[in-house]
Amino acid sequence: MGHKKSFTDDPKVDPALAEKLFKTGIGVGVVGLGITAATLAMGDDGRHQFFFSWLTAFTFFTTIALGGLFFTILHHLVRASWSAGWRRTAENLAGNLPLMAVLFIPILIGLHDIYHWTHEDAVATDTILQWKEPYLNTNFFVARAVVFFGLWIAMAMFFRRNSIKQDESGDVALTFRMRWWAPICTLIFALTLTFAHFDWVMSLDPHWFSTIFGLVIFAGAMMSCYASLALIGLWYTKNGILENTLSKGNLHDAAKMMFGFTVFWAYVSFSQYYLIWYGNIPEETAWYYLRFNEGWGWVGVAVLFGHFMIPFWFLMSRHMKRNRTALAIGAGWMLLMHFIDLYYMIMPTLHHHFAPHWADLTAVLGMGGLFVAFFARRLKTDAVVAYRDPQLDASMRYDNV
Amino acid sequence: MAEMRKNWGLVAEFDNPGALLEAAHKVQEAGYRKWETWSPFPIHGMDDAQGLGGSKVPWITLGGGLTGFTIGLTLQWWSGAVAYPLVIGGKPLFSWEFAVPVTFELSILLAAFGTVFGMFILNKLPRPYHPLDKHPEFRGVTDDKFFLSIEVSDPKFDVHRSKAFLEELGGRGVTLVEE
Repeated sequence: MGHKKSFTDDPKVDPALAEKLFKTGIGVGVVGLGITAATLAMGDDGRHQFFFSWLTAFTFFTTIALGGLFFTILHHLVRASWSAGWRRTAENLAGNLPLMAVLFIPILIGLHDIYHWTHEDAVATDTILQWKEPYLNTNFFVARAVVFFGLWIAMAMFFRRNSIKQDESGDVALTFRMRWWAPICTLIFALTLTFAHFDWVMSLDPHWFSTIFGLVIFAGAMMSCYASLALIGLWYTKNGILENTLSKGNLHDAAKMMFGFTVFWAYVSFSQYYLIWYGNIPEETAWYYLRFNEGWGWVGVAVLFGHFMIPFWFLMSRHMKRNRTALAIGAGWMLLMHFIDLYYMIMPTLHHHFAPHWADLTAVLGMGGLFVAFFARRLKTDAVVAYRDPQLDASMRYDNV
Repeated sequence: MAEMRKNWGLVAEFDNPGALLEAAHKVQEAGYRKWETWSPFPIHGMDDAQGLGGSKVPWITLGGGLTGFTIGLTLQWWSGAVAYPLVIGGKPLFSWEFAVPVTFELSILLAAFGTVFGMFILNKLPRPYHPLDKHPEFRGVTDDKFFLSIEVSDPKFDVHRSKAFLEELGGRGVTLVEE
């Protein structure tokens, strides 16, 4: 209203900056994962540690990439306008799914070290596992993983390619086409995300089950996607990229969504715990019993406070979400907490007694290096914002009250 | 003639939200304090143009939420563990786990009450009568008309000068409204 703004920024990043980021990322990745791989030489314990550290880091970055994919789908599904300025960044996060597919290969190699249900002798003496065998068997597990990654990569490529096509042609029909597919993609996304994490994380304890588990992962994924967007947006604007496109209101929006999903995570995580606590059935409580004892209880308390209580108050006010430093701290903190949350789901299967290992850190740093590098590679080739999106104007004009 | 009525203020009509926003900027710059804009829908940027600070409603919401939290928690603890201790389903007389849903719901409920009623109170609602109701054109404000009013009680108010000022800003049909 009287504040008509039009896109004035350079849609491309300085290639030298992207190149620098790419090289740094590759460097950190190679060194980090190289050091992590040293555990493979440390006997059975080291090998187990390697695969569990790898799985934790892998899940962390896969959920961020999946968050980016769903952000894109959601944008088209609800015909959002506020998120137009963020859409390309989310598409680029989802564009890292092929990288995650490659990083999944070590998990396939370590299947026997990670998943108890792959041990035939264990299944032979365990009626529950025998009962679950039609689903939890190696062949079907691998086939499902291929399908999950196939669908994710197909969806990520579909949205990203059409979006980049629009950069050239400005054709609005492309937007309508993506909108047409969005509801179907939403269904595919919901099912694949849920079953993928049933397979990769929940089946670590093959006796245990929780139907809300997919939702807990989804909440963490979306929260860390918005946290990543906020951090990337802060980095962009600090480096003079998209200064006039990503307004304070846009950053505020990303922060709001991150805050919202922090609360949603608490809601669904508590729902999972609450029913198990109330039902008090041994096959369900076993999962929490392991995570409440031998030092893991303190990690649980740290997750409860760090993932919900503290950020709830820290990020609540409008002032904090609009302050660049506060937002950077909040978003970085939420990413850390998402990692600890996943660590708390995965690692107790390996270490019944809480025992942090340096490989946990090197794995996540190394994989993070590669994740950033492949994100930066996209910045070199394509525009960093969907600058001919018909709704970009609306997203720039928009300001939060 | 019946009893003498006091004047309430001047009201001017503007053509569209953009014109109203522009006028609001200028009225604010001119140093008026007791004035208001009226439109059928919220206008982006109007808070800034009117120099309105942050709303006080969130604080009332927070107060409501904390009250609900405290009541929910103490109610369950006092009734279950103090006033009428009864073991149900082998659960402890009080534990934070089962207290969460009621505490949460009550926090939300009272936070929502705080928001709605806090907004009512701060807006001095319900208000069955307002001087502007007498303005013949004003009922169009719920449909397609945009108004700006300056009250007599504004220290800068002067019938002639303020009227000229509003006309200069593009206000049409500037009228003096009685209380």
